[in-house]
Amino acid sequence: MTAAEALLALMWVGVTAYALFGGADFGAGFWDLVAGGPQRGAAQRRLIEHAIGPVWEANHVWLIFVLVMLWTGFPEAFAAIASSLYVPLTLVAVGVILRGAGFAFRKAVTGVSLERLFGATFAASSVITPFFLGTVAGAVASGRVPAGIAEAHPVRSFVNPTSVLGGVLAVVVCAYLAAVYLTADARRSDDAALVDAFRRRALVSGAVAGVVVLGGIAVLHADAPELFDGLTERGLALVVLSAAAGLVSLGCVWQRRFVAARIASAGAVTAVLWGWAAGQYPDLLTGELTIRQAAASPVTLRAVLGSLGVGAVLVVPALVGLYVVAQRGSPPH
Amino acid sequence: MPDLVAARSQMALSLGWHIVIACYGVGFPLIVLLAEWRALRTGDPVYSTLARAWTKALGVLFAVGAVSGTILSFELGILWPRFMGRFGEVIGLPFAMEGIAFFVEAIFVGLYLYGWDRLSPRVHLLTGIPIVVAGVASAWFVVTANAWMNQPTGFRFDPSGKVVDPEPWKAMFNAATPVQTTHMILAALMVAGFGVAAVYAAGWLRGRRDRYHRLGFIVPFTLAAIVTPVQIGVGDWAARFLAQRQPVKLAALEGLHETQRGAPLTVGGLYIDGRVVGGLEVPKGLSLLAHHDPDALIQGLDDVPPDERPPVGVVRNAFQVMVALGFGLLGLSLWFAVVWWRRRELSASRWFHRAAVVAGFAAPVALEAGWIVTEVGRQPWIVWRVMRVSEAVTTAPHIRLGLYFLLVVYALLTWGTIFVLRKLPSARPPQEPAAT
Repeated sequence: MTAAEALLALMWVGVTAYALFGGADFGAGFWDLVAGGPQRGAAQRRLIEHAIGPVWEANHVWLIFVLVMLWTGFPEAFAAIASSLYVPLTLVAVGVILRGAGFAFRKAVTGVSLERLFGATFAASSVITPFFLGTVAGAVASGRVPAGIAEAHPVRSFVNPTSVLGGVLAVVVCAYLAAVYLTADARRSDDAALVDAFRRRALVSGAVAGVVVLGGIAVLHADAPELFDGLTERGLALVVLSAAAGLVSLGCVWQRRFVAARIASAGAVTAVLWGWAAGQYPDLLTGELTIRQAAASPVTLRAVLGSLGVGAVLVVPALVGLYVVAQRGSPPH
Repeated sequence: MPDLVAARSQMALSLGWHIVIACYGVGFPLIVLLAEWRALRTGDPVYSTLARAWTKALGVLFAVGAVSGTILSFELGILWPRFMGRFGEVIGLPFAMEGIAFFVEAIFVGLYLYGWDRLSPRVHLLTGIPIVVAGVASAWFVVTANAWMNQPTGFRFDPSGKVVDPEPWKAMFNAATPVQTTHMILAALMVAGFGVAAVYAAGWLRGRRDRYHRLGFIVPFTLAAIVTPVQIGVGDWAARFLAQRQPVKLAALEGLHETQRGAPLTVGGLYIDGRVVGGLEVPKGLSLLAHHDPDALIQGLDDVPPDERPPVGVVRNAFQVMVALGFGLLGLSLWFAVVWWRRRELSASRWFHRAAVVAGFAAPVALEAGWIVTEVGRQPWIVWRVMRVSEAVTTAPHIRLGLYFLLVVYALLTWGTIFVLRKLPSARPPQEPAAT
C-alpha cells in the first residue's frame, strides 16, 4: 500500500465515521422534524436532544477532517470537486451552519415559539444537508467531476439520476441509523411508548431504505455504468455484505435486540461505503484522475500520516471517553 | 459585480464573521476555567455560579464558531480552487493538525458542557484544560497558513511552473509564523476578555454592583488588561517584521509613496485621494520605529510596479483604527491597574465603566481592522509575489449569487446569536439577593 493509498484509506475511515455518527445526528434531526406538534413531539425531541447534545460537535469534526485530508493529500481532486460542485457544497455548508446554530439556539432559549423557530431550523437543515452531500457523492461516484477547475456543468453535475439517488439514500439511511440508535437510547430511559415509536420508525425507514436501494440498482445500471460494474465486480462482496447486514439489522429491530441492531446497521453503511471505494479503485475521479496521479508528494503524505498518528493517540481515547460519559448520563423522563 | 470582487467579498464576510467568534472560542474557555479554578480553590459559590452561567454562553458561541468555521473549508475550494489545487500539498499540513486540535476541542467541549453534573468538580475542571490548549493550538495552526501566504516558502517551481518539492514543515514554520500567530492569539484573549467584561460593566452602570457582577467583570478584564501591553509590544514587532520582510505592506499601512531615508511617521489623519489629511507628522519617526535608526532607509510604494501595490487608503485607515483602539485599550488597562494597585478595588468611576463597555466593542473592531491590514495589505497577491488573487479565483459562473445568499444567512446568524446570548438566563449567586 502506497502512502497515498494509506491516506485515502484514512480519509475513507473519516467518511465512514462521519456517516455513522454525523449521519445519525442528521437523522435525529429528521425525526425531530416529523415528531409532530410541540406537545405530542416533546418526549421524542427531549430524547433526541439528550442523545446528540454532547456529541454532535465532535461528530461534525469528521467532515472537516475529510476535507482537510482531501486538499492536503489530493489537492487537484479537491480543487476539481469543490469548484465543479460549488452549488450543492454551498448548500451543504449553509445547512451545516443552520443545523448547528439552530440546535444550540434551541437548547439555550425557553418558550414554545422560540423553541419551534430554532427547532424547525435545526430539523429542516438536518434533512437538507445530507441530501446535498448525497448529491455530491453521487456526482463523484458517477464520474461527473472532470479534472480541472469548474469543468462540470454547474447544475447537471448534481441534478442527475445518480446524484438524486445519492441524496435520497443519504437522508433515508441517516434516518434509519438515527431511529435504530434512538431505540436503544429510549430503552435505557425505560420509556416503552418511546421505544415503540422509534422502533416503528426504524422499521419503516429501514424498509424505505431497502426499496430505495433496490430502485437504485436500476438507476446506477442506466446512469452510471462504470460505477455499476465496479460495484458488481470488485465491490460485490462488500455490497452483498451490506445488504445482508441491513436485513439482519431490520430483523434485530423487529426482535427488539436494539444493540445488535445498532451494530448491524452500522455494518451495512460501512460495507456499502467501502464497496463504493473498492468499485471505484484505483480512480479518484472516475476516468479522469487516478489516486496516484492526484496524490501530493510523498513528503507531504508522510508528514500528514505522521501527524494523524499522533492525533489518533490524542483523539481516540478522548472520543471514547466522551461517548461513555454521554451514554452514562441518565436519559430524560 | 465582477466574480473576483464577489469571491473576495464572500470570503471576507465568512472569515470576518468567524474570526470574532473564533476569538471567543480561544479566549472564553480560559476565562471560564479561571472562574471555575477560583471556585475550587476558594470555595466561593459566586465563582462557580459565574462559571456555570458562562458555560451556557460558551456552548452557544462554540457551536456557532464550529459551524461558521466549517464553511471556510468549503470556500477555500469553492472560491479559490486554483490556489488550493496548486498549493494544497504545501500548506495542508497545519490544516490537518488544526483538524486534530479542533477534534480535541470539540470532544472536551462536549464533556465540559454536559459534565457539570456528571463529573466530579476536579475532573470537570481538568476536562476544561484541553479546550484551552486545543483552542490556542487551532489558532496557531490556522494562522501559520495565513503567515505562509505572506512569506511563502517550502516549495519550488519546475520549468513548467508546477509546484514541486513541497516541504510542509518549512512552510508551516515560515518567517511570518512567530509574529503573526502571537499577534492573533493575544488578540483573541483581548477580544474575549474585554467582551465578557463589557457585559458586567454595563450591569454596573445599571446599578448591579453585587459581588457576582464585580467578579464577572474582574476575571475577564484582568486577563485582557494583562495581555494588552504585551500586544502593543507584539504589534511593534509585527511592524518591524514588515519593514524587513514585506516592506510594501508597511509602505501601504503608513501611506508612504517614496522610498526614503529618515522617513517620517504620520500619526492619525485620514488617507484621502493619495495623501494623509490631518495627521501629526513625526520627523524620522517611521525610520526610528521600523529600524531603530532615524536615518534608516524605508521602502515606499514606488519600490514595486503600480499593479503590485495594495490599495493604500483601506490599509492605512484600517491600520490607524487598529493602533488608535489598541492604545485606547492600553490606557483603559492602565487605569484599571493603577486604581487596583492603590486601593485594591475597582474604579468607582462611571466613565471607567462606560469605557469598559465601549472596549467590549472596540476590541473586535481593532481585530477586524488588523485583519484588513494584513489581508488587504497583501493585495494583489494571494500568495505574496507568487500568485495573484485573480489567478486563484474560480472560473465557475454566477459566483455572486453565493455571496447574496450568504449575506442573508449571515444576517440571520448574527441576529440569532445576539438574540440568544441576550436571552440567556442570567444566573445569580444563591446567597445574595438579586440587585436591581
